[in-house]
Amino acid sequence: MQALTNRAQQVERKPMSLLERAYLPAIFRGMAITFGHMFKKRPTINYPEVTRPFSPVFRGLHILNRDEEGRENCTACGLCAVACPAEAITMEAAERSAGEENLYREEKYAAKYEINMLRCIFCGLCEEACPKDAIYLSETFAPANFQRKGFIYGKDDLLIPHPITEPEAHAKAKGGRVSLK
Amino acid sequence: MLLSIGLPLIIEKLVLIVVVVMSSLVIAMYATFAERKVAAIMQDRRGPNRAGPFGLLQPLADGLKLFFKEEIIPNLSSKFLFILGPCLAMLTAMMTGAVIPWGDKVHFFGRDISLQIADVNIGILYVFGVVSMGVYGIMIGSWASNNKFSLMGGLRAASQIISYELAMGIALIALLMTTGTLSLKEIVQQQQEHWYSWNIIKQPLGFLIFLICAFAECNRTPFDLPEAENELIGGYHTEYSSMKLGFFLFAEYINMFLSSSVMVSLFFGGYDIPFVNDASLAESIGTNWVALIHSGVFLFKAACFLFLFMWVRWTIPRFRYDQLMNLGWKILIPLALINMLATGAFILLQQNNWHF
Repeated sequence: MQALTNRAQQVERKPMSLLERAYLPAIFRGMAITFGHMFKKRPTINYPEVTRPFSPVFRGLHILNRDEEGRENCTACGLCAVACPAEAITMEAAERSAGEENLYREEKYAAKYEINMLRCIFCGLCEEACPKDAIYLSETFAPANFQRKGFIYGKDDLLIPHPITEPEAHAKAKGGRVSLK
Repeated sequence: MLLSIGLPLIIEKLVLIVVVVMSSLVIAMYATFAERKVAAIMQDRRGPNRAGPFGLLQPLADGLKLFFKEEIIPNLSSKFLFILGPCLAMLTAMMTGAVIPWGDKVHFFGRDISLQIADVNIGILYVFGVVSMGVYGIMIGSWASNNKFSLMGGLRAASQIISYELAMGIALIALLMTTGTLSLKEIVQQQQEHWYSWNIIKQPLGFLIFLICAFAECNRTPFDLPEAENELIGGYHTEYSSMKLGFFLFAEYINMFLSSSVMVSLFFGGYDIPFVNDASLAESIGTNWVALIHSGVFLFKAACFLFLFMWVRWTIPRFRYDQLMNLGWKILIPLALINMLATGAFILLQQNNWHF
């Protein structure tokens, strides 16, 4: 039979020499290899104490943004819901009444805003669609839950903490990556 | 009176027994931990590090877990033998420690206390007797399980230990011809002079055979056919659960520690500190401190052997059954015989004033 490539090699089946049959040299070589592995760098990290950084373009759990005074940016225009390929976003709009100017930035706001994290594919199209910088994808991912309804995140789950009353929680939720305009 | 046994002697021996048993249990406990750590670092992993600092409480957690697990005794097993198996395994594992000299002597309350539970003049024969009884624990346990895989594991254990005990014994005969005594204490004392009076220098081949057989006696890889997880689902301890399983596993580690101790005593000078003159050291810092250092050195040597056991386990794959028997009967026994005959011839020539 003609060889298809020139990489074929004849297998040598000659009987083992006495040294090879003693096996001990081979065993010592094997033991040297395992011993060498004791000094290799271990790729494992101590997870809860040390975490690997997410990539700068990581798209995680959504946050609903507030401006510097702590007013919600979202105007419930529905562009994110339209942009969403997984149809994970639903919302209900409401009109701002007098005295709520410190809560909502514009006259219209989202009374209800829900994202189904089981449907969401974390594509980030909502982030791109938003004209008000109201929705961002953060650096964490949705934690496990025992029930499906636990994955439907309402406004209280999504809204970023107030930047004036809870500055630390706000900074943490904002993360190092998101540069809010 | 020939046997003058006084109360102080009994107390002294009791304390010694308790100390030896407890310390070999603790050492075996931490050997399980060390095994997991060594396995981990040889495979570039981290190993247990959650329980306590560096995971040092891990063996306690493991033991606690074993105690709390459900005890299952199979319906069709023979109940008495099923319980007797692990008891015997544990008992015989602990018994070897009685004749090993852990140190020279300490001086307390005006008495010289030898750091050896029983200095019997047939010490090494006693070790052999007890070690070969160890197979009964495995054999009885596996037979009583009424499970074909257990039985196969037990049969493998029995045939393997019997086969390798022969080579081990013959290798030892050569050693005994050079030392001229069966008492472990005397064998150790003979090796105190210089570092080159260690028996490993006189009997390197004998040591190699002894070492290989010790691996087989302890059912350690590459001779772990009796428990071969992937062939026999755990072999002789397939049906065991809870602390009875724990005893089997624990007995293996105690066996490892004690066979390391035997090898240290026989071939590596026992508690001898290399390059140090013990008599002058005893004069400068006192007998008790020297005894402490001696025990420390002994334990260090034993720990090196324990590491060797683990190192080999995580390097070499298991033998096939026929390879095991070939190695035992066709290679080790002839080698041991040659070693014995050569040693005998050498000693005879030396006694007849043939100098080389």
